[in-house]
Amino acid sequence: MSVLVFADSSEGKFKKTALEVVSYGKKVAEQLGTNVVALTINASDSSELYTYGAEKVVSVSNDALKTFNAKQYAAVVTEVAKAQNATVIVVDSSIDGLYVAPIIAVNLDAGCVSNVVDVPSSTSPFTVKRKTFSNKAFSNTIISTEHKVIGVAKNSYGVHENVVAGSTEAFDATVVDSAVKSEKIERITGKVTIADAEIVVSAGRGLKGPENWGMVEELAEVLGAATACSKPVSDLGWRPHSEHVGQTGKPVASNLYIAIGISGAIQHLAGINASKVKVVINTDPEAPFFKAADYGIVGDAFEVVPKLIEKLKAFKAS
Amino acid sequence: MKILVCISHVPDTTSKINFTDSDTKFDTNGVQFVINPYDEFCLTRAMWFKEKQGATVTIVNVGGAETEPTLRKALAIGADDAIRVNVNPTDGLQVAKELAAVVKNGGYDLVLAGKESADYNGQMVPGMLASLTDFNFINGCVGIEVDGTAVTATREIDGGNETLSTSLPLVIGGQKGVVEEKDLRIPNMRGIMMARKKPLQVIEPVGGEASTSVQSFEKPAPKGAVKLVDADNVDELISLLHNEAKVI
Repeated sequence: MSVLVFADSSEGKFKKTALEVVSYGKKVAEQLGTNVVALTINASDSSELYTYGAEKVVSVSNDALKTFNAKQYAAVVTEVAKAQNATVIVVDSSIDGLYVAPIIAVNLDAGCVSNVVDVPSSTSPFTVKRKTFSNKAFSNTIISTEHKVIGVAKNSYGVHENVVAGSTEAFDATVVDSAVKSEKIERITGKVTIADAEIVVSAGRGLKGPENWGMVEELAEVLGAATACSKPVSDLGWRPHSEHVGQTGKPVASNLYIAIGISGAIQHLAGINASKVKVVINTDPEAPFFKAADYGIVGDAFEVVPKLIEKLKAFKAS
Repeated sequence: MKILVCISHVPDTTSKINFTDSDTKFDTNGVQFVINPYDEFCLTRAMWFKEKQGATVTIVNVGGAETEPTLRKALAIGADDAIRVNVNPTDGLQVAKELAAVVKNGGYDLVLAGKESADYNGQMVPGMLASLTDFNFINGCVGIEVDGTAVTATREIDGGNETLSTSLPLVIGGQKGVVEEKDLRIPNMRGIMMARKKPLQVIEPVGGEASTSVQSFEKPAPKGAVKLVDADNVDELISLLHNEAKVI
């Protein structure tokens, strides 16, 4: 028996979520009294994972797996899980993690739980806590099957160093056929994406027009943050739909979420509830967002934000 | 083209979430239920296929009789007929097994389902359904075109989009972008009247077992009051974010 963690990488490098799921997997392995095995696909150097507790890394290198394909990746994870006699399989709850997890679960006849926020509270019965009802509640869920697939919510467990003397072995995985073919990938380059961002700076209709987004972008740049917006702003075409944060838009689980001129409709709050610290800047002291926020400034964004940019620049330079 | 749209019956976003029976059951008291928002995008796209390219649109729900008003709403939007699998499921795998039986019996070409339901947010049913039926599968879909049996679709990826090609039969896990929010349909009076006469078939479950169960629910700890900072004193905000919250 072992715990298998799929450590996802992009262009050969591990994402922060990969280090988080390895940290998580190590803890689960300790609880179960077993070892953790990390699986990498086309990662150039796996040794970084030893720092987070991976005693063994199974490294798959195959040009046919260069582009993410859910069915093919799920088949590789399944094959490695069987070869390593893994009963617990840990993935992240990223877009690709949520794509691949249910396929792995069916392959292994496993119970599958996503958006998990903590290590198991009990291993018998195997019980994990997950976010539910659009972040308005948690459910403590028992997985009753022998095999278990767990999707860890981003930024929920954290990255924990746990240095071990690990070793890496190459694995020649079978690549299954998939009738879903990638034709084109378009990424917004040079910008921090909402999914990866530690900090998100978001603005709403209070900014009065798209011409005023310069200061939002400048604030984001100073903080190394991603930019986002409320639903009305994307509906009005002021900002692209890809920046819409909320229940039907993008979920945000950043460490810091700064909302400028956003009143805080319940659909918007559902999308940002998982963020750790929320700051609101709004002229209306009755805006519902103040009830959900940790810190707030009642004031005019056009006066507050330029001041904040200036002071943050000085703070960063000091 | 035969299209099946999976419809979840979920609490309206503005609903207060409470639990009963020592926090083991969701309290439906006073809760308004609606078509799952992600499924609504899929249903509207299915209507587009029906009207522009010719298709039949069946909707399906796995749930008790209380979900029928939601199914009637979906029929009022324009679906041709409805199926309700008469069981209250306890997890996504159970739902997927029931849906798989419906798909296999119905000979559908395209199955559209929201990528997640707004209640349990498991995001597993479309993927499990595709695997159980051996249909092709695209998740997080933000655009789909069908030409004969050839499909071009776009899915969201971190920081961008990916264009994919595949073929029917296909399961789509859809979200906003499959259609835009402004294009969502609201049932009109004629649709509502017609929906009353459309067939709603109730079938018994095949008995797919759940693999997970909820032991208990809990709500997040109550949040403290917001700390207000004077608009003329942004230094204090920076200090709080650095020293207290430790996020910058």
